[in-house]
Amino acid sequence: MSSYTAQDYKKGQPRWCPGCGDHFFLASLHKALAEIGVAPHNVAVISGIGCSSRLPHYMATYGMNTIHGRAAAIATGAKVTNPDLDVWQVSGDGDGLAIGGNHFIHANRRNIDLNMILLNNRIYGLTKGQYSPTSPRGFVSKSSPYGTVEDPFRPAELCFGARGHFFARAVATDAPGTIEVLKAAHDHKGASVCEILQNCVIFNNGTHDSVYDKEGRKKNAIYVRHGEKLVFGENNEFGLVQEGFGLKVVEIGKDGYTIDDILVHDAHSEDNTLQLKLALMGDGDGFPIALGVIRDVEAPTYNDAVAAQIDEVKAAKKYHNFAELLETNDIWEVKE
Amino acid sequence: MKLITISCPKKHIFYVPLRPQSKNDNPYKVKSMADSLNIQELEQVVVRFSGDSGDGMQLAGNIFSTVSATVGNSISTFPDYPADIRAPQGSLTGVSGFQVHIGAGKVYTPGDQCDVLVAMNAAAFKTQLRYAKPNATIIIDTDSFTQKDLEKAEFKTADYIAEMGVDPDRVIACPLTTMVKDALADSGMDVKSVLKCRNMFALGLVCWLFSRDLDVAFNFLREKFAKKPAIAEANIKVIQAGYDYGHNTHSSAMNVYRIESKTKVPGRYMDITGNKATAYGFIAAAEKAGLQLYLGSYPITPATDVLHELSKHKSLGVKTVQCEDEIAGCSSAVGASFAGALAVTSTSGPGICLKSEAMNLAVIMELPLVVLDVQRGGPATGLPTKSEQTDLLQVLFGRNGESPMPVMAALSPTDCFDAAYDASKMALEHMTPVVLLTDAFIANGSGAFKLPKLEEYPAINPPYVPEELKGTWTPYMRAENGTRYWAVPGREGFTHILGGLEKDNKTGAISTNPENHDLMTRLRAEKVAKIQVPDLEVEGDKDNADLLIVGFGSTYGHLHAAMGELRAAGQKVALAQFRYLNPLPANTADVLKKYKKVVVAEQNMGQLAAYLRMKVDGFVPEQFNQVKGQPFVVEELVNAFKEILKK
Repeated sequence: MSSYTAQDYKKGQPRWCPGCGDHFFLASLHKALAEIGVAPHNVAVISGIGCSSRLPHYMATYGMNTIHGRAAAIATGAKVTNPDLDVWQVSGDGDGLAIGGNHFIHANRRNIDLNMILLNNRIYGLTKGQYSPTSPRGFVSKSSPYGTVEDPFRPAELCFGARGHFFARAVATDAPGTIEVLKAAHDHKGASVCEILQNCVIFNNGTHDSVYDKEGRKKNAIYVRHGEKLVFGENNEFGLVQEGFGLKVVEIGKDGYTIDDILVHDAHSEDNTLQLKLALMGDGDGFPIALGVIRDVEAPTYNDAVAAQIDEVKAAKKYHNFAELLETNDIWEVKE
Repeated sequence: MKLITISCPKKHIFYVPLRPQSKNDNPYKVKSMADSLNIQELEQVVVRFSGDSGDGMQLAGNIFSTVSATVGNSISTFPDYPADIRAPQGSLTGVSGFQVHIGAGKVYTPGDQCDVLVAMNAAAFKTQLRYAKPNATIIIDTDSFTQKDLEKAEFKTADYIAEMGVDPDRVIACPLTTMVKDALADSGMDVKSVLKCRNMFALGLVCWLFSRDLDVAFNFLREKFAKKPAIAEANIKVIQAGYDYGHNTHSSAMNVYRIESKTKVPGRYMDITGNKATAYGFIAAAEKAGLQLYLGSYPITPATDVLHELSKHKSLGVKTVQCEDEIAGCSSAVGASFAGALAVTSTSGPGICLKSEAMNLAVIMELPLVVLDVQRGGPATGLPTKSEQTDLLQVLFGRNGESPMPVMAALSPTDCFDAAYDASKMALEHMTPVVLLTDAFIANGSGAFKLPKLEEYPAINPPYVPEELKGTWTPYMRAENGTRYWAVPGREGFTHILGGLEKDNKTGAISTNPENHDLMTRLRAEKVAKIQVPDLEVEGDKDNADLLIVGFGSTYGHLHAAMGELRAAGQKVALAQFRYLNPLPANTADVLKKYKKVVVAEQNMGQLAAYLRMKVDGFVPEQFNQVKGQPFVVEELVNAFKEILKK
């Protein structure tokens, strides 16, 4: 049992709008850390700029609320320097995928052991309502009064495209679901992306309505767990099967489908093809939105590799301090 | 200068059958061997090796400087290479040069113009002649002056020597390629590998010209090619062949030379470039401070060698991250600093623009960080391989908001070591980002570096938050000198949040309170202003100079040499070279106002002059500004300063 409670990670009074998804997420993070049991002074929470990036100020841990888009790069430096720190990098969709998109993909590619939280409300809130890189095509906002004329990023696709080894999704209002993915992200060694679907009550109200409450999730979401059948519905009456080149929703007991035909989730499969299909479901395509840990594959982490290489080179080389380094050069002596 | 006549020893003669040539092949045939030979003693000499960028001129120059330094000569080198990795062979844009200045006494610059020019092909001869003194000895490879070569180098006539207006008696014209092929005829090497040794023939010839001991060169090559002994021996054979060629023919040189060291400072030395010295300075500072060294960087010319150098030293625990961009290089260094490392980011040119935002984050979070800016020609991509001092105002002022940041500038390749050490110490002890300016000229140039003893360097004591403040400490609590305490994550009882938003001075919480912001702005400025830096030193006629020369950073050598020449000509001149730009030395105004005439000489359009005018009331200097991408030319400085003295 952990010797910490959620209270040990709490600080200050959040200033987000009432009803903002950030409140829900923050409470889940406090609880998840308490369940993980990592000491607050060994935690660093590093965010960029945006509504959600205020989060470190409400943590009784070490942390930085830095500059727009750079959280993943800054967190990288901190983790490489001190691999014992439990580093949580918190960004919104603008911070993480627009201005910080380059750092997002490279942190994934490097597989540095960061817990990367992407709080996705598909809007720029702090600058008062412009479309973000996750806003759907045609989205009307202050900066797109006639609708956007561009397609959004789908975060999972970006993560997978960058060779990410961990991707999970949760809805901010779903505390148990969020805590579960946060704990899994913490346990995963390497870059772990958690997409948190959250509402912006002021500028993009209702953006995740189909899964924002429990009832909606029963109908429109599927909780995926490694090693378990991919079933969903109020009574788990539906399931996913592989058909042709893709997935298909079937009703168990109908059209000749039995529970045995239903796919078993494999989050640990190195091949990410089906995981990606799961991650991209639910975009008005008749599929449920996948929640939970979609991909969780072990791979060498950047920070471990850095440490291992240092040990290796230390053992191989004969110089280990500055004075010895000097002696590795061509030296001549000038005498009186 | 003393003239000594000695008889010519013949022990080296074992090879060099001079190929019979018709007058047409080589109109400047070498002179026949004389029985005696003049050895002239020189105070100093400048040699410039030039050829195609693939001809190995940098290596030849490097070995020559090392060989010279070994006998106690003072050295200063300057590689001058094109931006193209491999421009078309024989083309005018593909010429690469390496200039070495060696002296009996101290030399301050790589020299304006050379006494000996090695031109490995027609293009080098054409483009590099401007760097040679009118009476310089010129060594050319006649095999590389075929009709085709001459066309590529845009010569109009076959008599290229006359076309360039050069006195044929000054030219050592040798069929260098042919002789290299002959020397390695039995080596079993393929033609391509044989031709790679051409640079060594030229080196051997130059070594003969300056009576250099070849053993040092041989050892250098044996170490460099330790894993390829056949290559090492082939190179050695070619050096010897070049030396013997000179010796046997006395070439067309009028004399051979000796440079006897006069101002020997006993000790152990190595040849070091500015970039390597900078990297070593960071390593030394981290070790002294007992911290990890972290470098976040992105490759950019001419700063990349610092990344290369630090990446090698994992056995010292150095961590280098080659980031996805310049922004991440600096940002990750800020993260490393937060986590308790000596954090460094290195860049050049446009990179410093990209880093500005994260540098400012370190300003407001008051975290230690060293930003190395190896200046190059700008704006935008500008002249990536050339040198300028044009980032001064950018690093002083080029960020949003009130952003006080200490700025230093290294004076020479070897001073880069001390400058990197001092910048690290300043950053760590004052909890601030510090900019260290070097530039392409000193980064790539080298000098003889007396091996430093770390125990003789000052201690580095970061202001770690005292344990007794546990429970009452807040992030912006300050030590006596105004420095914020450093609480490194992992320490119990000191958890805190920093950030880019303004914070309350007392609680550390986000604050937009007007008085608090005003206060925090002043506290950050005061902290930097209070940093103690050494007084500005005045050299030369400091009590009665008619002209004070003022510069900063890497122009020190040229300005010092110019002062020396003016004083030798009877003028009263002094020099004050700034190493600390922010804060300025306390005696800055006193020095600048003491002299009737002051000239600020810099490789930009007047940035230091403008800054000093802003900082010192009523200071109106003369200016000497040049932005050619090349180092100053001492002669031009002397002439310009003479004009100012006449005014």
